[in-house]
Amino acid sequence: MMTTETVNVQDEKKSAFLGSISSAFQGAETYATLRKSAWDTLSKFAIPGTKTEAWKYTRVGKVINHSWMKSHGNSQINLPEIAIGGLRYVFVDGLFRADLSDELTYPGLNIRRTGENAENNLLGTLSNHQGDWFEALNAAFFNDGLVIEVDKNAQIDRPVHLVFFTSEENTASFSRNVLSLQESSSLHVFTHYIGSEHSTFSSVVTEAFVGKNAALKIDKIQEGNETAFHHVDWTKQDRDSRFDITTVTLKSSWVRNDLNIRVAGENCHSSLTGAYLPSGKEHVDNHTMVDHMVPNCESDEKYKGIVRENATAVFNGKVFVRPDAQKTNAFQQNANIVLDDTATMFSKPELEIYADDVKCSHGSTTGQFDEEAVFYLRARGIGEVMARKLLVEAFLADVITTLSDERLQTYCTEKIQQLMHS
Amino acid sequence: MLHIKDLHANIDGTEILKGLSLDIKPGEIHAIMGPNGSGKSTLASVLAGNEDYEITGGSVTFGDKDLLDLSTEDRAREGLFLAFQYPVEIPGVSNINFLRTAVNEIRQYKGEEPMSAGDFLKLVKERSALVELDGKLANRSVNEGFSGGEKKRNEVFQMAMLEPKLAILDETDSGLDIDALKIVAQGVNAMRSPERSFVVITHYQRLLDYIVPDFVHVLYKGKIVKSGSKELALELEARGYDWIKEEVSA
Repeated sequence: MMTTETVNVQDEKKSAFLGSISSAFQGAETYATLRKSAWDTLSKFAIPGTKTEAWKYTRVGKVINHSWMKSHGNSQINLPEIAIGGLRYVFVDGLFRADLSDELTYPGLNIRRTGENAENNLLGTLSNHQGDWFEALNAAFFNDGLVIEVDKNAQIDRPVHLVFFTSEENTASFSRNVLSLQESSSLHVFTHYIGSEHSTFSSVVTEAFVGKNAALKIDKIQEGNETAFHHVDWTKQDRDSRFDITTVTLKSSWVRNDLNIRVAGENCHSSLTGAYLPSGKEHVDNHTMVDHMVPNCESDEKYKGIVRENATAVFNGKVFVRPDAQKTNAFQQNANIVLDDTATMFSKPELEIYADDVKCSHGSTTGQFDEEAVFYLRARGIGEVMARKLLVEAFLADVITTLSDERLQTYCTEKIQQLMHS
Repeated sequence: MLHIKDLHANIDGTEILKGLSLDIKPGEIHAIMGPNGSGKSTLASVLAGNEDYEITGGSVTFGDKDLLDLSTEDRAREGLFLAFQYPVEIPGVSNINFLRTAVNEIRQYKGEEPMSAGDFLKLVKERSALVELDGKLANRSVNEGFSGGEKKRNEVFQMAMLEPKLAILDETDSGLDIDALKIVAQGVNAMRSPERSFVVITHYQRLLDYIVPDFVHVLYKGKIVKSGSKELALELEARGYDWIKEEVSA
């Protein structure tokens, strides 16, 4: 995870990039220690390139070779409506929009904007701003986000619906969230990342703390057009807790998702599912890490993708089972359909197991459409287009059905069909 | 109904069908038997429109249509049904959703309204009972985790749902125990009508005790070399194929 590539001489590209970002995003006074440490990382390490293992398959030029500005924060936008009866909180180009959001109060919840009033003492305690250059970038420059705390024993009956909308041409946004679930509480968060037709950069780091016997579900939908997404989720689970996360990347020119779970208490369940279907020149990179630190836990991971045209997808799934983590059950599956010769899939499962009494498995498959199945469906009178539609839906179904709300499932299924036929 | 004339077909450059001719009238049951590799399954695949095969000569008319001009799905919509020798498992596509899509695409082709959900479910209940297919299987993914017998019964169930003019059963009996065989045959017999024809491709005479054919043909080296009544099947069962091979080479 540590970036080992150090340089003595700042290369020009880095200075130019950091120069323009820091002049646009100067003035943050909170979290001085965190920002100082992040800035050290940015200065000390080179921009990740092909020699940095964690960034080997993802070119960062899309983000780095660009002069980003900060938004003025008053964009008029049309929010796509997905009504799931949630408490909706909207960020436009990285800034909270009270005019588009619900009140920051709800029974059982304590919600504040990141950096308002007192600093949150959990923020920055999980993230890898000392090792990962792009996480450091977020830590150095974030200027908004939400800290959501769930009271002990509170079962929040409405989902928290976060919208991160990027709209203004050439703007970057750096957001930072903390989710903290006290003992025996539960929360469902739906995060919708939406990008306009303009070039934008969206960097969001979320640190989640799932307390004893608590349950957190996160549904993430990314649809970005010309947006570059860098989204990092860090989660720490205390004993007897449950964490489920589903990431559906519908569309975006450049996506890097880092999902890291530290399973720090016994008898936990963690589930990670993801779906992606890049086309054109899109690039989607999902890096995941499940760190089994203690015994008697179970993790279940399934990522599925359909890659076509000139698109590239990356899956890198790490599972660590530490020496103490006996009786771990860890499963990982990555399945891909590559539709064209010009499309590329890099799949890299990594299991590091240091305990001897565990059950772990992983599988990675990359193949083409099952033409026998297409023929079978056609032989029953189903037209070829419809046959392929049914098979795409079927392939991604076991990921899409892990979205917690049927309306989200329907939303994604319809979008997937539109995208596959555009 | 189906008129095959001098049909030639290749796969990967090897000629499998070498001038096959066959006429099938409405309501008839034709059994096609023959030694391994004689082209029985190729005939079934070619008729269904499998593009792995190249047609190099001959003609096939189905009703008033040139069958070879139609896409696979249009052949099905015109009323041709193939019960696959090896039904394909399709994880994630439910049997019911799949059949409903098929029924309605066929109706749309014929200019008919989609079938209502109520009528469809009623039909599913009635037709799945013909092959004693558990209602639970109807809701599972297409053929996924089905036993061999369940897969074959599912093929006959689909046939019963789609009500084709011509059904081709490609070794639907192979690998079935006698009870499953009887159930499959009972499903087929229930669907017999003066308008509906069947082509039963099989290795074994046993099936023909339960689905009684009007004609039996022997396919050998890509051609039909002998045709007769159902007694021919009994003779083949008793004597094997060597005498046919000798007759052909004589």
